[in-house]
Amino acid sequence: MSDLRDLYQELILDHNRKPRNFGPLAGANRSARGVNPLCGDKVAVHLHVEDDCVTGVSFEGTGCAISIASASVMTESLKARSCDDAREMFERFHQMVAADNGGGNDGAGMGKLAAFAGVRDYPARVKCATLAWHTLRAALDGEDKAVSTE
Amino acid sequence: MRQVKTAECNGPAEAFDVARVREDFPILGESVHGKPLVYLDNAATAQKPRSVIERVASYYETENSNIHRGVHRLSEQATRAYEDARGAVRRFLNAAQDREIVFVRGATEAINLVARCYGGVNLEAGDEVVISAMEHHSNIVPWQLICEEKGAVLRVIPVDDRGDVVMEAYHRLLGPRTRIVALPHVSNALGTVNPIKEMIADAHRAGIPVLIDGAQGAPHAAVDVQDLDCDFYAFSSHKLYGPTGVGVLYGKAGLLEAMPPYQGGGDMILTVSFEATEYNALPYKFEAGTPNIAGVIGLGAAVEYLTGLGIEAVAAHEDRVLAYAVERLTCVPGLRLIGTPARRASLVSFIFCDVHAHDIGTILDQEGIAVRTGHHCAMPVMDRFGVPATVRASFACYNTEAEVDVLAEGLERVRRLFDGV
Repeated sequence: MSDLRDLYQELILDHNRKPRNFGPLAGANRSARGVNPLCGDKVAVHLHVEDDCVTGVSFEGTGCAISIASASVMTESLKARSCDDAREMFERFHQMVAADNGGGNDGAGMGKLAAFAGVRDYPARVKCATLAWHTLRAALDGEDKAVSTE
Repeated sequence: MRQVKTAECNGPAEAFDVARVREDFPILGESVHGKPLVYLDNAATAQKPRSVIERVASYYETENSNIHRGVHRLSEQATRAYEDARGAVRRFLNAAQDREIVFVRGATEAINLVARCYGGVNLEAGDEVVISAMEHHSNIVPWQLICEEKGAVLRVIPVDDRGDVVMEAYHRLLGPRTRIVALPHVSNALGTVNPIKEMIADAHRAGIPVLIDGAQGAPHAAVDVQDLDCDFYAFSSHKLYGPTGVGVLYGKAGLLEAMPPYQGGGDMILTVSFEATEYNALPYKFEAGTPNIAGVIGLGAAVEYLTGLGIEAVAAHEDRVLAYAVERLTCVPGLRLIGTPARRASLVSFIFCDVHAHDIGTILDQEGIAVRTGHHCAMPVMDRFGVPATVRASFACYNTEAEVDVLAEGLERVRRLFDGV
């Protein structure tokens, strides 16, 4: 089971059991919904953005352990970050979990987000890990329509 | 299926030699993540016996040619093989005539054809189409499309907590505006075997034709379209041990005759001028363009393979494995079956310990076990049972009770991983 432990690290299991920043966000001024039509996972990301800085963030939704934990850890990583920082984190996270990154990004310097580096060995699950991040980007861009992983 | 377990079953249970059947399927010797493959995703697609694989290869190696065209030897051979497959399917369904067997791309296209060509002519604003709450999306969306175009209304027979259609509600839905009823033979998400013969008779008493989506039915039960008296029956080759990209629409000749063509092109015409085109006879009217010749011939081989095993014997074997699976899985703490219908065939759907189906699917995959996880293209069924997704284990002629045990042990690994034990 050592392989599976690389995917289902304790941090991921913990955030799945007790998602942080879960629920509506009072005073949110940016929101977006994301859906993975293949599996039906749904997530909504709510932001409070002030002076180009993420001052509040929460998420709601249903999904597998990978998608819920990814959303939860993402919200923890975003607080007090600038919108540009958040976009850069999206790029680095995406690069880390994408199966074809050539091993160039193993999550070094990414803090808790590095727990998701194991996802790249499970190509079918990459969309689970990135759903919340795609939804975040849509919220940052002020897009109103639901984003899809497809 | 349960109903064939008794009188029709030829000989004792021991007569079905599953070990020998497994030898017919080359892929069953494969390993996944270093473990023997336990393939329990047959409702998505079944594996192919060597006879089908070799028949497709031999067509390409020795017979490849277009059909219904050339006067040369290969074309004659290919045409004969293609039409022989039609005959095999006709016998398999006990249809009255070969011309009632239309080859299409799959059950999905078969249903789209009927929705478009039958619905397109017979539906008017305010008319009604009746389906059930346990449909695969392929027996919902084609009807939605044509209903929207015609201003017709889609009516849905509710499903009870066990996963059976509510018959009283069905009878109430059959009204003067009902133009067609479309029902699944077997639910792909719940395993429910619907009482289709009774439901067809009910509709016919009101003068309403019935389409049966047999994608999950034909591989697991003897189908006699004349005995059922269904007006249309659709199934896919690839779920019946045949190649992908091929399916069958059975339709009563009178109904098919009255329907306009589905697509225009070669093979579906008698004469063409710029003023008018005269359509070909059945079934060619509905088979425009060069079809999937190799696929159809492969389907013919699949039907012969299944007939050789004996569909009743296969059904009885699958029933034993299924009964064992229901019993074994019910004993797994934290497991809840989704759908406990009066009659079940070929599959079980379940949720487990608050662990999402996708996580279960990934962990089982590491054990070499292939299951389907998700909404099974039946989102309304998931909504009805209040779950976002389920795990589905579906069985075929080559599955065994021992594989059910491997599945149950795999679930214990899921529990250990998620409970941190």
